[in-house]
Amino acid sequence: MTQLLEHPAKSSTAVGLDVDRVDARDKLAGRAEYTGDLHPPSMLYGAVLRSQFAHAEIESIDTSGAEATDGVIAVLTGDDLTDLDPYYGHALRDRPIIAIDKVRFVGEPIAVVAAKSQTIADAALSAIDVSYRVLPNAATLDRALAPGAPLVHEGPVRPGLAHGLGKLPEREGNICYRYGFSFGDVDAAFARAAVVVDDEYVFPAVYQYSMETHTTIAHHRGREITVWSSCQHPFLVRQEISELFEVPLDDVRVIVPYLGGGFGSKSYTKMEPLTVAISRKAGLPVRIMNRVDESMVTTRRHNMKCRMRTAASAEGQLLGRVVEMWLDTGAYADNGPRVTATAGDAAPGPYRWEAVDVKAQCVYTNTSPAGSYRAFGATHLQWIGESQVDEVARRLGLDRVEIRRANLLARGGQVRPGAKGLDADLVGDVDKVAAALDWSSPRPLHRGVGLAVGLLAAGAHPVSMATVRLGADGGVSVLVGTTELGQGARTVMGQIAAEVLGLPPSRVVVRGTDTSYTPYDRSTGASRSTTVAGKAVEEAAAQVLEELIETAEATLGVARDELVVSEGRISGGGAAMTYEELIERRFGLKGGELIGHGHVGPRGGSGGFADGPVFWEVCVGGAEVEVDPETGIVTVLSVSTVADVGKAINPLLVRRQDEGAVMQGLGNALFEEMRFSDDGLLLNDTLLDYRIPSFEDLPASMSCTIVENEDGPGPFGAKGCGEGALAALPAAIVNALADAGVQMTELPLTPERVWEKIHSQHEIPKNDSKEERYQ
Amino acid sequence: MSTVITATINGRTFKGEVEDNELLIDFLRDDLGLNGTRQSCEVEVCGSCTVLVDGLPVSSCCYLACDLDGKVVETIEGLVGTAFHEVLGDAFVRHGAVQCGYCTPAMVLTAKSFLDDERLADEESLKRAMRGNLCRCTGYRAILDALMDVMGSERAAEAGSGR
Repeated sequence: MTQLLEHPAKSSTAVGLDVDRVDARDKLAGRAEYTGDLHPPSMLYGAVLRSQFAHAEIESIDTSGAEATDGVIAVLTGDDLTDLDPYYGHALRDRPIIAIDKVRFVGEPIAVVAAKSQTIADAALSAIDVSYRVLPNAATLDRALAPGAPLVHEGPVRPGLAHGLGKLPEREGNICYRYGFSFGDVDAAFARAAVVVDDEYVFPAVYQYSMETHTTIAHHRGREITVWSSCQHPFLVRQEISELFEVPLDDVRVIVPYLGGGFGSKSYTKMEPLTVAISRKAGLPVRIMNRVDESMVTTRRHNMKCRMRTAASAEGQLLGRVVEMWLDTGAYADNGPRVTATAGDAAPGPYRWEAVDVKAQCVYTNTSPAGSYRAFGATHLQWIGESQVDEVARRLGLDRVEIRRANLLARGGQVRPGAKGLDADLVGDVDKVAAALDWSSPRPLHRGVGLAVGLLAAGAHPVSMATVRLGADGGVSVLVGTTELGQGARTVMGQIAAEVLGLPPSRVVVRGTDTSYTPYDRSTGASRSTTVAGKAVEEAAAQVLEELIETAEATLGVARDELVVSEGRISGGGAAMTYEELIERRFGLKGGELIGHGHVGPRGGSGGFADGPVFWEVCVGGAEVEVDPETGIVTVLSVSTVADVGKAINPLLVRRQDEGAVMQGLGNALFEEMRFSDDGLLLNDTLLDYRIPSFEDLPASMSCTIVENEDGPGPFGAKGCGEGALAALPAAIVNALADAGVQMTELPLTPERVWEKIHSQHEIPKNDSKEERYQ
Repeated sequence: MSTVITATINGRTFKGEVEDNELLIDFLRDDLGLNGTRQSCEVEVCGSCTVLVDGLPVSSCCYLACDLDGKVVETIEGLVGTAFHEVLGDAFVRHGAVQCGYCTPAMVLTAKSFLDDERLADEESLKRAMRGNLCRCTGYRAILDALMDVMGSERAAEAGSGR
C-alpha cells in the first residue's frame, strides 16, 4: 500500500493547504444540525430530579403527584431497573443509571419525568416527594482521605468494558485507582543535590463548558434502541447501552449530528443510559437536554493536590523528582483512572532524570463526577513541574531556557519506563518559543516572562476503521467514526482522502457517524483523529486508488509504473481516462462504485497504559504577563506557542486550534474554578458566576509556530494537536508571574490569591529594581 | 394567558397568539423552526441565542415573545443570502473563525448591529462590542481577524451592514 501512495508522482491537491472548512457555510447559515434541533415523531421531553444532598440514603420516593399531572407520560426511578444490572462505567462499573437506594453527590439523578412539553416535565418535578436520611459525607479530598472517612462506594470493584487498568486491586477506602512508576535511586539522587525544591500545590475543579450542553434523544422500541446524542465516542456509547439494556450491539444505533464543542466533556457515556431508560418506560422517543448547571454536575475536570520535590546539582543538572498527587474524581470513576495515569506520565516532565518516583491516586469524593477535559493530566502537572525547574534555575543563577536546553530529553529518550521513546525535537521547540517571546530583553518592573515544556500521552487506544467510496460521478464519500466537535475532523479526513486520490477536497464528502453504517472508531479524543482515524482513511483511499490503477492498466494496456494519476484521471500510453470512465468501464454501466477499507490497530498491545502512547503530544508555550501589586490582577500581554504536529494537514486549522487551547489555558490559569461548599454543593453553577474567557481577555499578541518534522505515526507524518497549548499556558503564566516576583502554588491566579501572596510576604516594591521580589 | 402580537420576523409579518410566559428563543425554535438561534447559558451571558430586535442584539433566552409586538426581528435565517452575510461569511471562512459553529450565527448577528459604526474600527473597541458573545473553541483571535478584515473593506460598506 505504501508503495502505491508513493508511486504516482503528483503535486499536493489537499494536504498542507489551508482548505476551507467543509462545515463552515452551514454553520454560518445556522443550518448545521445539532442534537437539540432534531424532533423524531412523538418525541417527549425529559426533566431530571436531582439530589439535594451529597451523601444520603433514599428512604422513599413518591412519584404519584407527577404521574397524575396532565401531559406526563412516564416517571422513572431506580425501582424501574430491577430487571437489569443497572451499573455502568467504561473504566469501573460503579455508576447506577439512576440513584438506587442512595445518592453520592449533589445533582445525582433520582427521577426522570417524560412529558409532552418541557414546561410540563419541569413543573412535574416539584410533585415528586423524596425522603432522605442524610449521611456523613466525604465531599472534600481531605475528608475522603482521612482515617475512618465515610465510604463513597462499598462492595467489590468491577471493571468497566474499556477499563485498560490491568488487574484491579481490592477496594481500599475511597481510593478509586492508583498509578505510579519509579526508576533510579531517588535517595542517592537527592543526597548529592545542591538544590532541592519542595512544595505543595493545589489545582482547581474546572468546567469544560462546551456551549452546547449534553443533549440526548433515545428511542427504545421493541429490542431496538436508537440514540441521537452529542457524544464524542459513539461506538463506546453503543457498547455500554448494549450491555446495560442487554440487546445485541447491532440493535443499538447511535447517530451523532454536529457537536457544539466537546473538549472531553462528551467523551465516553454521559446522559445516554438515563435517556434510554426513560424511553424504555415511556415507549416513545425522549429528549434530555441539560441546562448548564446540569452539565456542570455531569462532568468536570479533576481538582487535585500535589506534593513535588525536585533535586538538582550545583551545575544545574536535574537529578531526581518525587511526586505524589491526589486527584478528586467525584462520586464515580468516569475517566478518572486514565486522567490519573496521564497525570502520572506528565509528572516527571521531559527531562533526563537519574531517578524518579511518581505516585498518583484517584480519589472518590461526594462531589460531581470528574472526567476528561482537553489535555488532562498534563494540564494538572506541567505548571507544577515547570515552576520547580524555574525555581532551580533561579536559585542557581542560571538562565531558564539554558537549564532546559541542558536537561531536555533528546529524540528517542525515555519518557517513562516501558513507554514509547520521545518522538519530537523539544529543544528546537523551546528555542522557537523563546525567540518569539524575545526572551532576553529586559522587562520593566511588575512584568515577567515564562515558558514551559511538557508531554501529553496521546492517541488513546489506536483502533479505527474507515471506508472510502468512489461513486460513478467521480465523487468520494468517506465513512469514518470520528466526531466533528469543532476541531475540523470532517475537513481533515476529506483532505486526506482527496490527497491520496489526487482530487480537490471539494469532491469529497464526510458525514456524521451513524453506527449502523459507519465503520468502528474507538473514540474522538486524546488528539487521535488525524493520526489514527486519518491513517485508516488514507489506507481506504489508497485501496480505491489501487482498484482504479488496476482498471487503468487493463483498459489502457499500459504497465502501472508508466501510469500517471492526476486531477481525477489516470493517463498513460498517450491516453487518459477519468475516474468516472474507469468506473463505467469496470462495471459496464454508469453505476457501481469502488470501495476501499482501512484498518488501524495496535501492534500486539493489550490496551493497558503500559503500551504506547501512540505519540507524545508536545505541550510547549510561553507568556509575558504584568501584575498589578495594588489589585493582584494579572494581565497576559503576549503568548507564544509551538504546534509540533509532524505534518500540518491544514495549517490554518492547526493555528486556530492552538489559539482556542491557549484561551482555555488562560481561563484555567487566571480565573476558572468550580467552587464547592463543604457539603458538596456547587456554588457557582451558572455562567453568571462561573466565568470563561471573553473577547476582552484576548492577549494583545499571540503567535503560533507550526513545526513539521514529519515524525508522527499518522498520515503524511502527522501527529495530533490542539491540546498541548492548554497544558503549556497555565505553566507559562505561572512562571511568568514568578518572574515578575510572585510565586504561586495554587490555581487559578485570582486577584485575591495573588494580592494575598504579595502582601503576606513583603511590602510592595517601590524602586525600579527588577531583582526585588515579593517574597 | 396569551397575547396576540404582530411582528416582522425576517421580513415576513407574523400575527398570532403567544403564551405570556413564552421566551423568544422557544418561540423562534419551537414555533417557527428557526434553529439557528442556539440555547446555552440561559442567563444572558453567553450570547449564543442573540437575535436582532429593531436592529439591536438581544438575548432571546431572557426576552418574552409577547414583547415583540410591533417590532422587527432578524435571526440568522433572515440574514442568509444578504450581501452582509456573504461578505462576513467569506471573512469567517478565510480566517478559520468557525469551529463547532454553535456561537457562530450569534457572532454574525451581533456584528451586523455595529459593523457600520466607524467608532469601532480598532481592535479594542471591537473586543468591547463583542464581549457579550462567548466562544469556547476559537479563542476569539480568528473571529476578531475576520471582523477587522471586514471593517476595513469597501465590500462591507457596499454590502450595507447598517441597521
